[in-house]
Amino acid sequence: MLRFENVHVYYGQVHALKGITGEVNEGELVAVLGSNGAGKSTTLMSVSGILKTRTGKIIYEETDLTQASPYDIVKLGVIQCPEGRHIFGGLTVRENLLMGAVQRRDRSEVKKDIDWVCSLFPVLEERAGQTGATLSGGEQQMLAIGRSLMARPRLLMLDEPSLGLAPVVVQTIFDVISKLHQQGVTILLVEQNARKALQIADRCYLMETGNMVMGGTVEELRDNPEIERFYLGGQAQ
Amino acid sequence: MQRQRFYNLLTVALLLAVTGGGLLYTQLAASAYIQRIVVGLGISIILVVSLNLSNGFTGVFSLGHVGFMAIGAYTAAILTLPLSLKRVNLPDLPGWLAEVQLSFLPATLIGAVLATIVALLIGISLMRLSGPYVAVATLGFLVIVQVVLVNWASMTRGSRTFSGVPSFTTLWWVWGWAILTVYAIWRLVNSSYGRRMMAIRDNEIAAQSLGISVVRSRIIAFCVSAFFTAVAGSLWAHFILSFSPKAFYFVETFSIITMLVLGGSGSVSGSIVGAVFITVLSEVLRNAERGISIASIHIPPMYGASQILVAIVFIVVIIFWPKGLLGDREIPFNRLWSRLLPPKNEKQGFKKEIPF
Amino acid sequence: MTSVQFFIQQAINAVSIGSLYALMAIGLAMVFGILRLINFAHGDLIMVGSYAALLLLWAGLPFWLAALAGIAASTIAGLIMERIAYRPIRGAPDVAMLLTSFAVTILLENAAILIFNPTAKPFPAPAILKNALQFGPLRIASLDIVAIVVAIALLVLLTLFVTRTEVGISMRAASEDLLAARLVGINVNAVIAYAFAIGSMLAGVVGLLWSIRVGKIDPFMGFYPVLKAFVASVIGGLGSLPGAVLGGYILGILEILLQGLLPASLTPFRDGFVFAGLIILLLFRPNGILGSTEREKI
Repeated sequence: MLRFENVHVYYGQVHALKGITGEVNEGELVAVLGSNGAGKSTTLMSVSGILKTRTGKIIYEETDLTQASPYDIVKLGVIQCPEGRHIFGGLTVRENLLMGAVQRRDRSEVKKDIDWVCSLFPVLEERAGQTGATLSGGEQQMLAIGRSLMARPRLLMLDEPSLGLAPVVVQTIFDVISKLHQQGVTILLVEQNARKALQIADRCYLMETGNMVMGGTVEELRDNPEIERFYLGGQAQ
Repeated sequence: MQRQRFYNLLTVALLLAVTGGGLLYTQLAASAYIQRIVVGLGISIILVVSLNLSNGFTGVFSLGHVGFMAIGAYTAAILTLPLSLKRVNLPDLPGWLAEVQLSFLPATLIGAVLATIVALLIGISLMRLSGPYVAVATLGFLVIVQVVLVNWASMTRGSRTFSGVPSFTTLWWVWGWAILTVYAIWRLVNSSYGRRMMAIRDNEIAAQSLGISVVRSRIIAFCVSAFFTAVAGSLWAHFILSFSPKAFYFVETFSIITMLVLGGSGSVSGSIVGAVFITVLSEVLRNAERGISIASIHIPPMYGASQILVAIVFIVVIIFWPKGLLGDREIPFNRLWSRLLPPKNEKQGFKKEIPF
Repeated sequence: MTSVQFFIQQAINAVSIGSLYALMAIGLAMVFGILRLINFAHGDLIMVGSYAALLLLWAGLPFWLAALAGIAASTIAGLIMERIAYRPIRGAPDVAMLLTSFAVTILLENAAILIFNPTAKPFPAPAILKNALQFGPLRIASLDIVAIVVAIALLVLLTLFVTRTEVGISMRAASEDLLAARLVGINVNAVIAYAFAIGSMLAGVVGLLWSIRVGKIDPFMGFYPVLKAFVASVIGGLGSLPGAVLGGYILGILEILLQGLLPASLTPFRDGFVFAGLIILLLFRPNGILGSTEREKI
């Protein structure tokens, strides 16, 4: 569904992505692991069209995304839930969700989708009239994911959904992600929390300083010493 | 490092020689029109380099600097005005002031010190503000200065022309001050103070976490730049010989800022380049527009096409070269020297030439 | 006239002027919120609209038509401004955008000088707008009434717009977090165009009211209004729409208060006091009254 072909991305002079190649097939949950600065967020931002690819191609279902605008990319159903949540703090929960659906044409379905999102995250229903800024970190993450879901994504990209959240909340969120996966949503998940990511992923890629250093199915990687090093070196359990 | 110092010495020698030679030539051989332009250019350089210290190097975006110029101009002019003229033009001057007549340097310095004190006072409230707020607040300062100038008629003759200023400004005064200003600001920028300022400009929070006092560094930059701006004001007052508060307002502000942006904020040599470029461009356009030569740089806001063209130049520059001609680099003289006079003992380790 | 009557008259005066400032400040706030652009040229939209109206009045058109045309002209000018001068530099540092707006101001003002010459031209308004109505012992300028009514109507419409319509909510969203807005699929170009259009339209309205009030127009007429609008915006907190409204009215009230309270020798310095007050306010509330008092957190 999504394919990277030797993608190079620069931040000004800095060579952030050095020839990324990989793919996400329909229905898969692919995890991208790596420590800070590895280029994981950069990868997602390139897909979303926020960052320009200098050379290489990003292909989504036969469409070349590399020159497309973020607006067009969203219309194709490629939705990113960015790192740090980025909810609209001054808008209410309900307004945030509405914004998630802003480019959809089928207005009648939007109401149903709000109900669906609230069934996934009941707390959003409770807080429907509150402004985003008054929500806790975990609730904001749920709102961010819910907002992304409002767009009925064909490919959902999540950037570090567990960042800064308590383990219990992380579990809830990952349960929802897992459920979405089972319902057939294609997911590209960027995470530093490798353990949690590997529990629910089909395949994963490992990135380091802009390079894709390895990739494979979760079974293949589970016994790989690199991943062990990554577990021990990267984060606290 | 020895090589660096040698190169720097060469650069300084070259610049002084060129400047000195150019001034000599202008003094002796050039027409009065050209002389006036060169004087105006020197004043512009002081203004732009000073403004750069605040806007470019420290990130304090001041729109009110022309207010300091006004303080310098009026203070010095009031002090140097011959007593006879004081009685006629400023009959309501307070007693002690009406009897004072100073020479050029003391008057200029007093004006500059006064401006610096004012800068300190408003600096204290402004230096904690972020970008757009500083801009509007400093603009507010400009308006306050304007209001005071226009209404404190006993001191300033209000909105009427302040004339009779003795013609003290010469080529040498202006360029002497210009060289001093460039030198002072260059030293400041390349000192540890300067590095602190740039750290603040680039990332205020990170700088704070390193223990750099943001407010103090900004105030220092602001005050130093106010000092030299006021000096330029005095130089200008004694050059143009008669002026009114209108000369220190919006149009002048934009003019200086255009030079700054064109040359590149964050580059001292860039400021000079920008000043030269705009001065020349303005003159060329003005002549093309009118056919008569008018030799002053800061002129009243009633003129048409040349201003429009400068504004367009500005917009084009901002779109295509947002960092200006030089950005935040300086003219790499050192590279020139190392090419002309390659080091005798080629030590491979010394490849990395710091463009300075 | 008793002091109560005097107070009421001055209060109406203050609210009327405050309304103009508020409407101007909203235009600035809308654009600043999304783009972080301080649009100095906003003041010149007043000038453009007024001159356009004047041209039509000279051509003999009825006042209401000329007025509408003036407002339309302001709106169009604002959209053109955005497209040509500001869109190419989107994403540039705030400073660059501010300076570009300076350049646009100079451009517009000098163009007006070239076309119309710098002297002020009288702005002929119909008599009903220029006279005063008698309410018992009170004498109220009909223009004040119009200004206040128009302002209230526009503010209500605007509030409905930003809370009930999708475009309006998108505008607020873009103002909060431009990156998130793009990721969600908001058509940022369209939203920005709306912000400019609405702001410019409001500037056009203010321009008309201002021109009628002052009675004449000149190429520099926009300078003081935009400055006041900035002060209003800053008072209330840059980028905040309620802040802009609040700031506008506070400024109006402050000006009238100072006018009344300052001793005669100091009244010419009134604007100086207003700005000094602004600087002092910023000392305590660096982000305006409604802005946060906290420094930026990481």
